Amino acid sequence: MASTTTDIAVTPEPEVITARRPAGALLRSALHLWRTRIGLALVVLLVAVALFGPFFAPHSPTDFVGAPNTGPSDAARFGTDHIGQDVWSRFLWGGREVLGMAVAATAIGLILGGLIGLIAAYSRNVLDDILMRSMDVILAFPQIMLALVAIATVGPQTWLIILTVGLTTMPRVARVARGASQPIVERDFVAAAEALGVPRFRILVGEVMPNTLSPLLVEMNLRLTYSIGLIAGLAFLGFAPNQNGADWGFMIQENRLALVSQPWGVVLPVLAIALLTIGTGLVGDGIARAAVGIDRSRGGE
Amino acid sequence: MRLGGIAGFVVRRLLLGVLVLFLVSVVVFAATQALPGDPARSILGRTATPASLKALREQLGLSGSVLSQYVDWITGLLHGDAGNSLAAQEPVSDLLGDKVVNSAFLVFLSGIISIPISIAIGSYAALRRDRTFDVTSSLTTLVFAALPEFVVGISLVVIFSTTVFTGFLPAITIIPPGGRPWDDMQAMILPTATLVLAVTPYVVRIMRASMIEVLESDYVEMARLKGLPERTVIVRHALPNALGPTFQVIAINLAYLAGGVIVVEYVFNYAGIGGALRDAVSTQDLPVVQALSMLIAAVYVVLNLMADIATIIVTPRLRTRL
Repeated sequence: MASTTTDIAVTPEPEVITARRPAGALLRSALHLWRTRIGLALVVLLVAVALFGPFFAPHSPTDFVGAPNTGPSDAARFGTDHIGQDVWSRFLWGGREVLGMAVAATAIGLILGGLIGLIAAYSRNVLDDILMRSMDVILAFPQIMLALVAIATVGPQTWLIILTVGLTTMPRVARVARGASQPIVERDFVAAAEALGVPRFRILVGEVMPNTLSPLLVEMNLRLTYSIGLIAGLAFLGFAPNQNGADWGFMIQENRLALVSQPWGVVLPVLAIALLTIGTGLVGDGIARAAVGIDRSRGGE
Repeated sequence: MRLGGIAGFVVRRLLLGVLVLFLVSVVVFAATQALPGDPARSILGRTATPASLKALREQLGLSGSVLSQYVDWITGLLHGDAGNSLAAQEPVSDLLGDKVVNSAFLVFLSGIISIPISIAIGSYAALRRDRTFDVTSSLTTLVFAALPEFVVGISLVVIFSTTVFTGFLPAITIIPPGGRPWDDMQAMILPTATLVLAVTPYVVRIMRASMIEVLESDYVEMARLKGLPERTVIVRHALPNALGPTFQVIAINLAYLAGGVIVVEYVFNYAGIGGALRDAVSTQDLPVVQALSMLIAAVYVVLNLMADIATIIVTPRLRTRL
């Protein structure tokens, strides 16, 4: 879902969590929470399936191993799919594409959005307005709709899906980055660095950026969760780059007409996407809680 | 004076909304029509004859300069003429009329069900902070917020109609031509439940956070110290104030539903604009894609605008910043 909720143009600036501890300490304290551990275990499990699954697949994802839509048998552990390929093998092969594209898209959104947010906050002039208002225009579209418009013209190419998901993630990250760095650019140590003649770029990277890492870490998890859902969702709608490739989202689309007689072709990829997104969601929530916890304990110092 | 401030704010927001819609139309137009390359060729493929390419270009309105193409398109759209569908060879507006009603009903039903439920769960979780109910609801909302809505929809189908409880509820929503979605409410249950599960978590979370803030405020403490019954304190003093921030999230979620219907309608073969957009994208029916994305973007912008205005009205302290 739920992709667009906390990030519309009109929402108040996100709550600023400024932890002045390195990201490592934040992650360690997040790991004290059970939800982070469970989430991390789920993520590690599903990433392992996506990365190493193909080595354990009994068949090639495009081998025909039996009649279409048969139930589990000795030849095919979870039965065959809509044209008689092995469901289990396609499941083991099907995570790479979704995961790879989601990570790439999130990285693009995070880097561009982070830079734009930092520059906007640090510039403190008309550039701030220009940058953030252009981000608002992108936010005026539901993410999936913009991806569909692009696909309608160019077709479901890998680069196009990564790019549209990345670029529509960008303004959401930019808002968080700007919100987090705004109180920091006002601080004395930034003014001091400027007075000493430190180049502005070094101030941005060396002084301002480290202070925005924890909110960006939380945002990264949130965006990764949504990017996985969005990219798998596009494949489910039939817009996967590789039309007979094994892809969790696309598997659901291919096999859903036989849901009554052979549910495994749908159930396995649905479970995989569900556990993966729940995992990244739990990790994100754990980090967010840890970041707030750090702030609270600092409040007493 | 203060009202003038609000009116001024509303006018400025409206103008900004119009500006955003204009930019949206430019983006949609540019993405579908003015991209480098020839849309006619990309639709018909490399084997197309020059004559069929020319015919399609004319139908897409590709003759003339880019600017005049845009002006033609946008004036047509403003007059309710969105051109002809390439797939159905019919005016887009005829094709989509009923589907707009169907989608609006689905969104309306999901909103009307999810809003009271999520306000109730959120407030109760705040009252029972850190107890079993709160912990359970916070984990549940976390899980449902992370799940993509098609995963929720298909899981509901597997559980309630095809596999676990076979035939308990219809797996797809069939709206016969000329029929209305409310004629068969049973078929509405699963699509509505999917959208409700998709948006409820966000409203629950914001409601809980805002209720906790209000419960810790001085005026609630004052009301308690006055000896008011706890019930009155919560219903008369805490709840109305906690609803303020929630309004905005509710409007944003309704806006979200405008995008969320795309996938959910496809899951249930629901005859709405979301499913139609998906079909138009897969057949590269550009006039339909243009019209639908403008429509969805317009709903999105208008709901966000309403969220903005509602927030200002219910949160007086924000007015000083106008």
